[in-house]
Amino acid sequence: MIEFDHVHKRFGQQVVIDDLSLRIESGEFFVLVGPSGSGKSTLLRTVNRLVPVDAGQVRIDGEDVATRDAETLRRGIGYAIQSVGLFPHRTVAENIATVPRLLHWPPHEIRARTAELLSLLHLDEPGMGSRYPHTLSGGQQQRVGVARALAARPRIVLMDEPFGALDPLTRESLQASLKAIQRDTGTTILFVTHDMDEAFGLGDRVGLMLDGGLVQVGSPLDLLHAPADDRVRDFVGGTRARLRELAVRTVGDNMRRGEQADGDPVDADASLQDALGAMLSQGRDRLPVQMHGERVGAIVLADLVSRRA
Amino acid sequence: MSAKPAPLIEGTALPVWVLSAVGLVAAWLPAFLRVAPNRLLTGEALSPHAWLLAGGWLLAVACSFVTVPAGRWVLALLAWTGVAGLPLLAGADARDVLAHATPFTRVQPGAGFWLGWLAAALLLLDRLRGMRKAWQAGAWFAALAAIVAASATGAFDGLSLVREWQAQRAPFAAALGEHLRLAAVTLVLALAFGAPLGWWVWRTGRANGVLVGTLAFLQTVPSLALFALLIAPFAWLAHAWPALGALGFGGTGGAPAVFALLLYALLPVVRYTVAGLDAVPADAREAARGLGMSRAQLLWSVQLPLGWPVLLAGLRIVAVQTIGLAAVASLIGAGGLGRFVFLGIGQGAMDMVLLGTLAIIALALVADLLFQGLLALTERRA
Repeated sequence: MIEFDHVHKRFGQQVVIDDLSLRIESGEFFVLVGPSGSGKSTLLRTVNRLVPVDAGQVRIDGEDVATRDAETLRRGIGYAIQSVGLFPHRTVAENIATVPRLLHWPPHEIRARTAELLSLLHLDEPGMGSRYPHTLSGGQQQRVGVARALAARPRIVLMDEPFGALDPLTRESLQASLKAIQRDTGTTILFVTHDMDEAFGLGDRVGLMLDGGLVQVGSPLDLLHAPADDRVRDFVGGTRARLRELAVRTVGDNMRRGEQADGDPVDADASLQDALGAMLSQGRDRLPVQMHGERVGAIVLADLVSRRA
Repeated sequence: MSAKPAPLIEGTALPVWVLSAVGLVAAWLPAFLRVAPNRLLTGEALSPHAWLLAGGWLLAVACSFVTVPAGRWVLALLAWTGVAGLPLLAGADARDVLAHATPFTRVQPGAGFWLGWLAAALLLLDRLRGMRKAWQAGAWFAALAAIVAASATGAFDGLSLVREWQAQRAPFAAALGEHLRLAAVTLVLALAFGAPLGWWVWRTGRANGVLVGTLAFLQTVPSLALFALLIAPFAWLAHAWPALGALGFGGTGGAPAVFALLLYALLPVVRYTVAGLDAVPADAREAARGLGMSRAQLLWSVQLPLGWPVLLAGLRIVAVQTIGLAAVASLIGAGGLGRFVFLGIGQGAMDMVLLGTLAIIALALVADLLFQGLLALTERRA
């Protein structure tokens, strides 16, 4: 659990974080979204004390981070950044093992954990562990960056636009990997992005930050259906908000149970956006829905278009 | 054979013409050798092979007009022959002269020899440019090996430089040791003080103009003046603390010499330390800090390995500079190869001057090669 309690931060004359309070539950995937300069990265960096707060408190499980030894604190928190920051003179395996080595894990445990992470992040082609960062693609480098952040099994991971510099396909595949890992391990993730689609795709809850303050905090659907004000409405995309909503809602929650349809089926846990894509590509306005290989109902175009709460 | 004058502008033939012209002048005008009745007198000019040498240089000019690849190879071969052969020629001539002369007679290589040798070496350097590194190294090594092998058979024993060395073997070895010790101690101290200073300058930002400015100002003080200026304070130190004096501190000797050399060495070490730290990617530093490395761990396991090649390049320059400057240190009684230079000047014995000078140059070249090798090793590992 991470708590921000009336946090203030200014750089010179400029107020970067203005009396901000927020509580992030354990095991939650929380996304801070906002334009450049809104203070979201600074807020993230107050958690591992890369940025000290001017006033207020940041607490982890009730303990003020300012009272902790900075290095010990950071070794317990995963950290991944957009520019990755792999150590160019160290191999992939050595990069991943950075924090376990700082924590003096026994060598065989480090080896086992490194191998586990390589396969968890789909870096398991032969010889990957002994390669140097400059021989990897951008996507592979960021996979190593994420593996390094997760290496010592931290209960909290901070990620500062980690996928911002990647191409869309690579980004989606990494988002899927991260989401799956987070679900399986119950890690608390605080994730910063300026990409609304990424925020809605990943976050259990999303906090929209503007000018150093949180304008609205809620589930993706909360922000889409009930924007707190015009600034939120603008940021979530105006008329495009309905398109974003399709990406957040699942087929299973919106299908007609028990009904039949022709065509190639879509999965119940796919998003409505995937379903719409399948309808467009198959030229049909209704498709069968399957769950664990069994047909359970149908998804209908008219239901996607009609406004249902 | 297609003869077409190579355009001057392109510059491929220009170095050949200029160097060949220098070679031609060297073959005719100044003396190839000088024969003197004893080691202190300037000898008479002797140029027994002027026609042969002039012919070689004319052949080089002719080759520059040839556009077929063979011309390039013939030129390279000519230059190589000059580099390896001129000393042999001088040695053989000296032996001939001495066969009919008094035991005090000295045969020195003259300006014609040095100029011609330099022109041949520069021509070889120019012709080897662009060839594979192994070829380049091989050519120079072969020339060196030929000279060393010849010297082992006594081919140069007639030349006064070699006779001077044979007469001064023990003092020469001692001076070489002193020179090496001066340079090594200075280098170690420069690294020990300069690297932390550089780290401090880097960490506190560019605002530290005072330190860098002071060191830069020290660079402008002439070395002789700096050595002289240090005599008084060091003499006072030794007087005030006799314990220091017992350790060899004093107005003259090794301590003030090393101190002066250190002052000159500090600026490059500080500068290259800052450059090395700047060469570490900012994102790697940010990640290291965010993952919980302490400052010492960051320095040791990220900044040092990534900045080391730059620092090493700086140390290379410092080593060469210090070996050169250490020559002056002999003036304040610190010994070293400079002693031969200044004693030689005092006695008017040019062979002695040359002996010291050539040894200092050779030492600097060896140090340079050593650091280049180290640098290549670390870069291959990275």
